Parts: sequence; structure tokens; C-alpha cells
Amino acid sequence: MSVIKVPEADVAGWYCATCDEEMVLQSVELEYLDSLFNVELPACPKCRFVLIPEGLALGKMHQVEQLLEDK
Amino acid sequence: MEQSELRQWERQCVQEEVPPCTAACPLHVDARTFCSLMAQRRWDKAWQILAKTMPLPGVLARFCDGPCKGTCVRKDAGGAIEMEFLERFCAENAKPVAPPRPLPSRGKTVAVLGGGMTGLCATWELVRRGFDVTLYCSSLGGSLLDYSGDILPEGVLEREIESLRTMGATIEAGVDILLVQLDLLLDEKDAVFVDSDAVSTDLFPIGMLDEMTLGTQRAGLFASRSGEVSFILQAATGRRAANSIERYTQGVSMVTGRELEGPYETRLFTSLEKIESVSPVLDKAYSELTAQDEAKRCLQCECMECVKGCEYLRHFKYYPKVYVRQIYNNDSIVMGTRQANTMINSCMLCGQCEIICPEDFSMADVCLEARRGMVAQGKMPPSAHEFALRDMAFANGAQSALARHAPGADISEYVFFPGCQLTASDPEGVLAAYDDLCRRLGSVGLMLHCCGIPAEWSGQQALMEESMEVLREKWQALGGPKIIVACPTCLKTLREGLPDAAIVSHWAILRALGLPAGAKVQDISLAINDPCAARNDVLLREDVRSLLDSLHIDVKEPEYSGEKTPCCGYGGLLSTANPALGEAVARARGEAVEEDYVTYCVMCRDMLAKIGKRAVHLYDLLYPGNDDPGVRPAPGYSVRRENRVYLKERLLRELWCEDGANAKQPYEDIGVEFTEQARSAMEDRRILKSDVQKVLLQANTSGCHLVNDKTGHKLASFRPVVVTYWVEYEDRGTEFIVHNTWCHRMHIKGAQQ
Ligand SMILES: [Zn+2]
Repeated sequence: MSVIKVPEADVAGWYCATCDEEMVLQSVELEYLDSLFNVELPACPKCRFVLIPEGLALGKMHQVEQLLEDK
Repeated sequence: MEQSELRQWERQCVQEEVPPCTAACPLHVDARTFCSLMAQRRWDKAWQILAKTMPLPGVLARFCDGPCKGTCVRKDAGGAIEMEFLERFCAENAKPVAPPRPLPSRGKTVAVLGGGMTGLCATWELVRRGFDVTLYCSSLGGSLLDYSGDILPEGVLEREIESLRTMGATIEAGVDILLVQLDLLLDEKDAVFVDSDAVSTDLFPIGMLDEMTLGTQRAGLFASRSGEVSFILQAATGRRAANSIERYTQGVSMVTGRELEGPYETRLFTSLEKIESVSPVLDKAYSELTAQDEAKRCLQCECMECVKGCEYLRHFKYYPKVYVRQIYNNDSIVMGTRQANTMINSCMLCGQCEIICPEDFSMADVCLEARRGMVAQGKMPPSAHEFALRDMAFANGAQSALARHAPGADISEYVFFPGCQLTASDPEGVLAAYDDLCRRLGSVGLMLHCCGIPAEWSGQQALMEESMEVLREKWQALGGPKIIVACPTCLKTLREGLPDAAIVSHWAILRALGLPAGAKVQDISLAINDPCAARNDVLLREDVRSLLDSLHIDVKEPEYSGEKTPCCGYGGLLSTANPALGEAVARARGEAVEEDYVTYCVMCRDMLAKIGKRAVHLYDLLYPGNDDPGVRPAPGYSVRRENRVYLKERLLRELWCEDGANAKQPYEDIGVEFTEQARSAMEDRRILKSDVQKVLLQANTSGCHLVNDKTGHKLASFRPVVVTYWVEYEDRGTEFIVHNTWCHRMHIKGAQQ
């Protein structure tokens, strides 16, 4: 899952409204069909709200989902 | 799938069977590939094809008398391919090839007596297979020596005899056969073959000859029957002798599995439909140009009948025999990627191939069984059918489902079952139809429910049975009335699931009752689109055509119609499991006719409408509204749900005078507008308005969201069950403007809800 990377541009401009914090890359755990991955994703350093941008959800993340579904 | 089942299925697909020419050829020359290369003027390559199969090719290619022509499929479309002239042209113009490299020596010795075509060919076949062969003859060539000049130019026979020597044959020509002592030879060699046309059998009494093995009553002695004049058949006899000697020296059965050695009948089917008749090129001394033209007439025989009619079968690039192997392999994978999942889930289960196939191959049976297996093993990709099954649950939920006697009645002779997709797409049509039935038939009950077919298509047998059980209970609670069904898929499904119910199509009822008041009678031409569920229901198709006739509609039949009709792309849940292919299927159907379509399945109508093809449902003509129904857009996923809810509420309010409104869910109060971009993203990504409202409610309640400092848009996410939805929106105080939305199935652990 190291292939899951978020381009800078997709994160640019977003900040956490609750905590008034910029998104920073953090280690996040993703889970699908009994598989677990640690990936670096933009998240609020305070409340840990994780951002999954559109390009990631429909691109790489979708591909990995499909791959796991066919395992 | 068991391996024996795989073999059974594989046998049923004839695409890989040999073409009739190869089957009829005593030497089984690959005439189809030969013609294909000749048509490309690749003479040298074409010659390699002949030389690969023919012994002494330079000689035999000049003496072939075209035994394939009697079975050539082209014979009924202008005339059989002039194979013998093509061979001769090729022999004269192609670069000669080196003789085949023999197999490693078997350490077995054979004597061949007689140097006619039979003896020469037996020698060729035996040395090629690694036998140590000595050919004894008085003269080389036998009756070949009667030919010369144009027919057998000087040097051709000599070159092939040289090839025999190159391959390792020992040739003892000029031998006085009288001096050969057969007993000694039989002692010395592992086997002996006698070419009876080149050696007088008076000298070698061989006695009874076995037709199949060419064996005699003496062990190890084989012989040809004398009197055969065709050189090709002589060559085939030489090969048969070589096959027998190989079996004999290996000590295996002399007789089993030899059915395909001589000419045989192939099961390959080749259609002549759409094939233009073209006469043979009759100039027999072919030039490069005429040889090419003649070779081009070859049909390159193959079946592919099912593939021609089905966008799905075409999409995956092969044909059922290959697919069933892929499905078998997919099924056997324990670890690793199951590469055929998408192919299995893309079949529309419509049954078209089974009707078209000369051997009744059914991809639907194979794929449905495979899906059931995947479900049983827990290997069905969750994303494949979940959306459709959620939709089915919604159609059967309290907001949409209904089962009642007519208002004021406590008994029903009939109950109307429009089907959950018709109510989702055309609630006004359903209202009008129900009203019409009540007026003309008296008290007709109403059932709004899904027939359960999404469960069946997704391989979820238990869910299908459960759903049918619920239906049965509701129907029995109404006293088991006759069921009037509008949707052809529901009709088929209910007939299978409720075999004790009297079930009749709405179209049969209308045909009997006559057109409803207000039906739109107009002299227009429309192409009929039979839905796949009507494939095996000839009465249903007739009822519909009769109604169209009453409406004065001039009905055009598309090329694939009636029992051969294709699916629209919705069947088998294709459009859920593989939306892009579903759209391609609908597009192909749309492009099949010039006229607008008329159909009696609302999913067909909506699939066609989605790709921009004008199509009307029969209800649009029988219960017309004011708008042009040909351009009525296919409602999106959210609207389909809302239509079901709306229909139920309106029925309860207007007919049963009850407050039909369901208790509202809190998220339904969220006011929301969508930009064009958001709307199209929702359809593509199958995100419902209610999904978006749930995200917004959650963001409101928790206060958790992001803000973009350039656009001022907010971004929130929520995971109601197994999918996480993201919504990018503007907060306008009283309502939200949604700019974009997306989703994923992967779960973020330890973060927001
Ligand atoms: Zn925060």
C-alpha cells in the first residue's frame, strides 16, 4: 500500500475547521476485507480527521479495493 | 465446477473444431490457414503449411484432386475453393523447404517393399518418426513415372527422394523383389510394410488384410490393398501403415482412438448468412493475382455465432470454450488473483447464446453457477452487486412495498404486480394502469414489491428464496388471487417462484380487454425491442405485437429479435457489476435500428434512453401523458427510489384515503441542491441523495469538517455502513449546495466516523 500517495495539489487549501489546523501527513491505518495497511495520509494533527481526496478515492484506492476483492 | 463438467461444456462449444476441409482431407491438410496465407500472397509461408502435413509435398501437391471440395462451405456460395489449383500454384512458385527433421531414433527397424506412392509415403512417415527404414524396390516412383512434363516436371520426384535420404531412409532401388525373402526380413526387422501396388502380391501372399490397421495374419507384416489410383489416398494409406507400425512396435492397442485418421465429419458450424456468392476463379493456370483472388474466397470457417450476437461475449475477446476454461481456473484458485471475476459478473444471463448456438451452449448457466459458487465460498467481490441488492431491499421496505385489496374490497380476484422498476421509472403509468384495471376488471388488488431477481442474478440463492417466501405470504394473505404482471422479468421470475399461482401478463389482459380509453392510436413505425425475459415466451411476444397492431403501429423487427433478442445491458446486473460494458451493450442495441424503439420492459427503455436512443415503453402509448415519451430521460438512482415512495404515498392518500407518509428519517429534512457536476458524479458513482444527506447531517451534528481556504467549500465524510461518502458543499444557511461527491469502501481506522 506504499503505492497510495496523495499529490500535494489535492490537499492544498484544506484545513480542519474544528481545530483550525493545516493538514499534515500522518501514519493512518486503512482496512479492507481483512487486509490492513499503514499509509501516510493528510490529517488534522489534533482531531485526526483524515482527508481522502477524490483522486485518491477513485484512483489508487479503488484499484486496491478491486484487487483485494479478487483475491 | 468439476473437471468432468468442464469437459462437457468444452465439448459443447464447436469453435475450436477443425474446418470441414481439413476433416475431409485424407491427410488433414490445414487448408484454411493455407488459403489465408495465399490470400496474403505469402506463398512461401503457405507452402510451409502444406509441407508440414504432406509427405513428399512437391509431388503430392501436384497430384491432389481436392477431396475437400465436397465439404467446402463455400460450395453453396459460388463454388468450392479450387484447392488443387492453389496447391499446384504454390508448389510451382514457393521456395522449397528442407524436409522435416526426424524424431530421435527409436532403435526400431522397418522394411518397406515397393516404391510406389504408398511405399514412398510410408517410408517418409516412418523415418520422420525416428524409425530406421530400408526401402526395397525395383524402381522408385511406381505409377508416378507415367507422368512428366507439365504435371510432374523433371527433378521434382528426384528432389523428394533425396529428401527421404536426407531424413535417414536407406533406399535399395533396383532390387529384384523376387529375391527378397519375406521370412528372413520379418525375422530381421521389427516390422515390414508391403506396397501392394508396386509389388505383385502373387509373390507375397499376404492373405486377409485388416481395413483399419492394414495388418495381416502374420505378426509384424502390414500391407496396402492394391488397386487404389488416387495418389492422395495412396499417401493416406502410407500414413495409416506408419501409424499401425508405431502402435505395433510400442505394444499399444492397434485399434482404439483411430476414428479421426481418415476423413471424418467435423462439428464446426459456419453460417453462410450475409456471405455473398462469389464464383471460383476459373483460369486454372493461376497467376499471382488470380491465385490470391481464389484464396480470398475461402470463408476461413469458424462458428462464433454467439459472439456475433452478444456484446459481452465479444468484449472479452474469445468464445465460450475459452471462457469456460477461464471460469474453471478461476474457481480453482486458492491464493492469488481471480482474474475471471469481472467476466463472470458481466454475463447478462439472458440466454441469447443458448438459442443461437448450434449446440445450445449456455453462458448463463455457466456464469450463474460460478456466481453461486463464489457466494458460497465468500469470494464474491462485495462491490459487484451490493448497490443492486440495497435497491431491492429498498423496494421491499416499508416506504415502497405494498400489498392490499382494492380500496373498499376485502377480496381480490386479481392482483396487479407492476414490478419495482416500472414503479421506479414511471409511477404515473403504473397509477393509470391500475386505475384502468380496476375500472374494467372490478376489484383488483395491488402488490408493490420486487420479484427478487437481483438476488438470483447475484448468485444469492438463499436471499432469492427468502424474498420469494415473503411474496408468497403476501399473495396468500390476499387470498391467492390471479396475478397480473407487467414486467417480463417479474413474469418469468414469479412463474418459476410461485408455480401454484395463476399468473397472466398485463399485455394478455389488455389484448383480451381491448385498448384502454385514451390509448394513443397513431400510424407510425417503431422498432420492437423484445426484452430478454420474453425470449422463451412466444405468447407474451404475440400479445405485445397484437397490441401494437391495434395501436396502428408498423412494427420493424431488428436483426436480433424475438427469441434471439439481446439483453439491454441491465440483465444479470451487468450495469451494476460492470457499468461501462452495460453502457456499451445498450449502445450496440441502440445503433441496431434507425427507428425509435418500443419495448415492454422499462429497464430496456431506460437503458436505451440513457445512451440517448429514443425509446418508448408500451405504457407510454397505452396510458400516454403530455410529454414526448421518446425523450423522457431515464430517472437517476435517487429519483427511482423517490418515485417508489411517492407512488405508495399517493396511492394510500388518494385511493385508500390514508395518510401514507412514512415517519421521516432525520436526514430527510436536510435541504440540498446539486450542481450539474455533482449530479453526474452521483450517477456515475452510484451515490444517492440520501447518502449525501446523511453526510451533511453527520457534519452538522458533529461539527467535523474541513474548509478550503481558496473556494470556501466545506468537505465532510460519513460511513453509514460499508461505504464512506465524501461531500464537498457550500453552506447557504437554509440549504446546502453540493459541488462534488465521491466514495470509497476502504475503512479509515481510528479516525472520523
Ligand atoms: Zn481537527
